Amino acid sequence: MNEMEQNIKHHLTDDILMAYAAGTLPEAFNLLVAAHVSLCDACRAEVESYDAVGGEMLAQEPSNDIALAPGSFAATMALIAGGPVDEAPKARVRGSILPGPLQDYVGGDLDSIKWRGIGLGVKQAILPTSRDASARLLFIPAGAAMPDHGHQGNEMTMVLQGAFQDEDDYFARGDVEVADSDMHHTPVADIHEDCICLTVTDAPLRFQGLIPKIAQRFARI
Amino acid sequence: MSDNDGKRMLWVSHMIRIRDDQDQAAFAELFEHFAPRVKGFLIKSGSDASLAEECAQEVLATCWHKAHMFDPARASVATWIFTIARNRKIDVLRKQRRPEPEDLAWGPEEEPDQADVMALQQESELLGRAIAELPAAQRELIEQAYFGDMSHSEIAQKTGLPLGTIKSRIRLALERLRHAMK
Repeated sequence: MNEMEQNIKHHLTDDILMAYAAGTLPEAFNLLVAAHVSLCDACRAEVESYDAVGGEMLAQEPSNDIALAPGSFAATMALIAGGPVDEAPKARVRGSILPGPLQDYVGGDLDSIKWRGIGLGVKQAILPTSRDASARLLFIPAGAAMPDHGHQGNEMTMVLQGAFQDEDDYFARGDVEVADSDMHHTPVADIHEDCICLTVTDAPLRFQGLIPKIAQRFARI
Repeated sequence: MSDNDGKRMLWVSHMIRIRDDQDQAAFAELFEHFAPRVKGFLIKSGSDASLAEECAQEVLATCWHKAHMFDPARASVATWIFTIARNRKIDVLRKQRRPEPEDLAWGPEEEPDQADVMALQQESELLGRAIAELPAAQRELIEQAYFGDMSHSEIAQKTGLPLGTIKSRIRLALERLRHAMK
């Protein structure tokens, strides 16, 4: 399943990986990290070392000890006797374009994505996450340009299928582009294949052209 | 092998006794050591005491039920419990789902190699010592990043330190930890 991993050139930043381990990212960002780590052994190893930092903080922090309520152990044994909490088994398709965590949010494989056209052949599907950030899948026809847009907050885009190019770089499956508010760019999908990406942002994107502005109102981009 | 390495291997063997024999005595010791820490972690993350108590019990119950999933060649017991507590925090305090990566495609479940287990547990000990020896300013920021449930910008607001200073202190701390692990 990791046939792509040695081709990934654009990885997640240390900041993001650490915050994922600490559990302080918005849900949409966690989703992108989980999707990338599913394809990238290097970032998986990084996350595991940040988990280890968390474990050591937990283990050694003496001021962290808070006395338990009376009867705490007995209550826990009663919980154990009640059996494990049922977790719905995750039916995930192996070898899909969508890494497992994304399948959970889409509710299946590629054919379960509820695309909505937002003009010029570009389609999107907004995924259900907490409101502090948003996650969407974008479909960009081969060779088509995304409307030029700046950013108000932090944005990350991960390629799932095809590739895109912006002013600086080329991004293929598994690659993540990290953008901040200083950046204005015009990504163009590679000519060879339609491009599908996952984009997460903690602020609404603003488009700069007139037509995309109208589209933006409808599309919630 | 230092005393502390021995301590870590003891927690590992407790987990195996819980997994294989449903050993309540081993679980009681694990509980006594880790449950108060998990409770403290949740309180620092913004939970009130009664919710933290309830979650700490649930986290330790999960350790029992998922003991078969603990892999001592990949994590220390403290790290494993930390990840369960963190996920519980996201679930209960942030009321969010926690997307997890696909599992690695492991072969049939085998006992990990004892040398790998020992190596991982010794590395964890090195990491723990390196964290303890961090300069206070760096250590506090790492602690807030993990336990305060705050983003770097929120830490900046709370401490009044510039965001750049926070990021560079955290980066320095992590460089020290990496160096210590070499």
